[in-house]
Amino acid sequence: MAGKSKHEFRANTLPAIITVGPVALIMLLLVAAPLMYVGVMSFCSIDEYYNVTHDLTLGNYVRLANTDYLKIYVQSLLIAFITTILCILIGYPFSYIIARSKSRFKRIFYMLVIIPFWTNSLIRIYGWRSFLGTNGWLNSSLVSLGIVSEPIDFLYKNGTTILGMVYCLIPFMILPLYTAIEKLDGTLLEASADLGAKPVSTFFTVILPLTSSGIFSGSLMVFIPCLGYFFVADILGGGNSDVIGNLIERQFQSGNNWPLGAALSIILIIVTLVLVKAYQKLGGDMDALGV
Amino acid sequence: MGKIVEIEGVNKIYGSNKVVRDLNLTVDEGEFLTLLGSSGCGKTTTLRMIAGFEEPTTGTIKVEGEKVEDKEPFERNVNTVFQSYALFPHMTIFNNIAYGLRMKKVPKDEIKERVLKMMELVQLGGFEKRYPSQLSGGQRQRVAIARALINKPKVLLLDEPLGALDLKLRKQMQLELKRLQKKLNITFIYVTHDQEEALTMSDRIAVMHDGVIDQLATPSEIYEHPKTRFVATFIGETNIYDGCITRIKDGVATITLENGEVSVKCPEDFKLLEYATISVRPEKMKFSKEKVDGFGLVAQVKDYVYVGSVLKCIVILPNGNELRIERLAGQELPEIGSKCYPYWNVEDAVLIHNESHYIFEALNSIQLA
Repeated sequence: MAGKSKHEFRANTLPAIITVGPVALIMLLLVAAPLMYVGVMSFCSIDEYYNVTHDLTLGNYVRLANTDYLKIYVQSLLIAFITTILCILIGYPFSYIIARSKSRFKRIFYMLVIIPFWTNSLIRIYGWRSFLGTNGWLNSSLVSLGIVSEPIDFLYKNGTTILGMVYCLIPFMILPLYTAIEKLDGTLLEASADLGAKPVSTFFTVILPLTSSGIFSGSLMVFIPCLGYFFVADILGGGNSDVIGNLIERQFQSGNNWPLGAALSIILIIVTLVLVKAYQKLGGDMDALGV
Repeated sequence: MGKIVEIEGVNKIYGSNKVVRDLNLTVDEGEFLTLLGSSGCGKTTTLRMIAGFEEPTTGTIKVEGEKVEDKEPFERNVNTVFQSYALFPHMTIFNNIAYGLRMKKVPKDEIKERVLKMMELVQLGGFEKRYPSQLSGGQRQRVAIARALINKPKVLLLDEPLGALDLKLRKQMQLELKRLQKKLNITFIYVTHDQEEALTMSDRIAVMHDGVIDQLATPSEIYEHPKTRFVATFIGETNIYDGCITRIKDGVATITLENGEVSVKCPEDFKLLEYATISVRPEKMKFSKEKVDGFGLVAQVKDYVYVGSVLKCIVILPNGNELRIERLAGQELPEIGSKCYPYWNVEDAVLIHNESHYIFEALNSIQLA
């Protein structure tokens, strides 16, 4: 047996190198190496001209433990949390109706969720800004209809940022939910009703537990990007509702402090890994994430 | 015995497809009634209408004398055992069986007591903490039955519950189900396409064909006196002959077939010159080396097939039709290739009205007019 498997190993080595090798090389060069560089840089410091020097230090991380930064981490987590909850509350009924519908337009509804994806999210967020702005469509309509006398300040609030986040990220919630709900065996619902359960009981005792995998993976796929979607917080929040992504962006751009930005990136990666690990521990399926 | 389920004039139409047509059926309390038919005959739809998963297009369904067409499934005092079992995969066996009682808000202690007792009854003691995926097909089947029975339904509906089991287990479960039904005295309405299963278990069988009940009778009545050609061919093996009644004398009809004349006991509702079908079970068929009075069939012995207790003889008629004749093993038999005269006792054959006769009559009346 051992001899045979050895033989098989040899026979498979060359094709494996040919097929997987180039991909592995690209991944190594373009993902692993830069990531290591970010890791190393997070321990570097800068001189007075903002040049990166290789004097290794823990100073960046110490600086990030400052309460001002902590406030933004918490705010960032809070925004991500509320966004996730809203995505579940909106996405679940939507996915349920589409997934369980017998209509032949089912596919079309599903496509309507996907199609906006094909437009750059930056442009779509700018769209929201011009819609909600002081002289935007919404305000001018409200004013000309006489519903309000003065334009309302919609922009630059936490709520606006969350609206943009939900808008951008809800497809990531709907897709896994749709998959989970569509897989749900209809006879289980019939069995539940047959055994005397009213629709509400059936929902909480059968439907929800059996589709929780979709809620889990959807939540992860909304929560994590939400921490990094700095442009939403920038354009709609105007600096009033920053997420971790904004801090990173600022250090690399205007702050010109790359080591500090790198340290922030590492923190974001760690937060992400912790969340993924927690998801796995809760019995989440990695394949459901599509990663 | 009271009537527990009354189905009156029920039609179920999907688009232009009439799945169930003008169905009338009364089920008695404590009865084991089987809806038997091939797939697509409307038997499952009928069951689902009683359970409340489908609404009849027209007609009424009463359970315990109360109309239920407008009631939701969870409001009906009937329970279903599904073909796929439909056990809740995320619940333990205990929780699966306790589900119905929990929905009725039965006190916890009582639930525990009743579930454990029910698990004993279906021989699942000790499986409380397992999940459905950890059980074999036969065990899941028992859970499905226990989960339905624990609610003490007035009527238990079973939709091909043994379809997924292997033959040996199926035979064993047939007897067990029958035993449970007698013991608990619950009305069973059982859907199957397996005629043997139906004959073994049922008090009465309703043979369905194209959305209509062809015959509703006891298993022996169905087997021995089929009402339609479909019932005769669907239940058990049989030999079918089509011919015209050319003489009726002393309650015996002479029927002229393509291959000669035969004699059959004639019920009163058959008329002279009617086009009719004869069904004779293989075990009622005989053959002789000499011509028998009243029978003009001549056949050639084609083959013998030994199937344990009996020997199946295949004889071939001049027009190429094959007949099956069963003989007990060990009896003297004509040689293969030799000539024989098939016959039967006149009372052993069943005369059936032939559907094409009605068409023939209708055409005739049009011509006369």
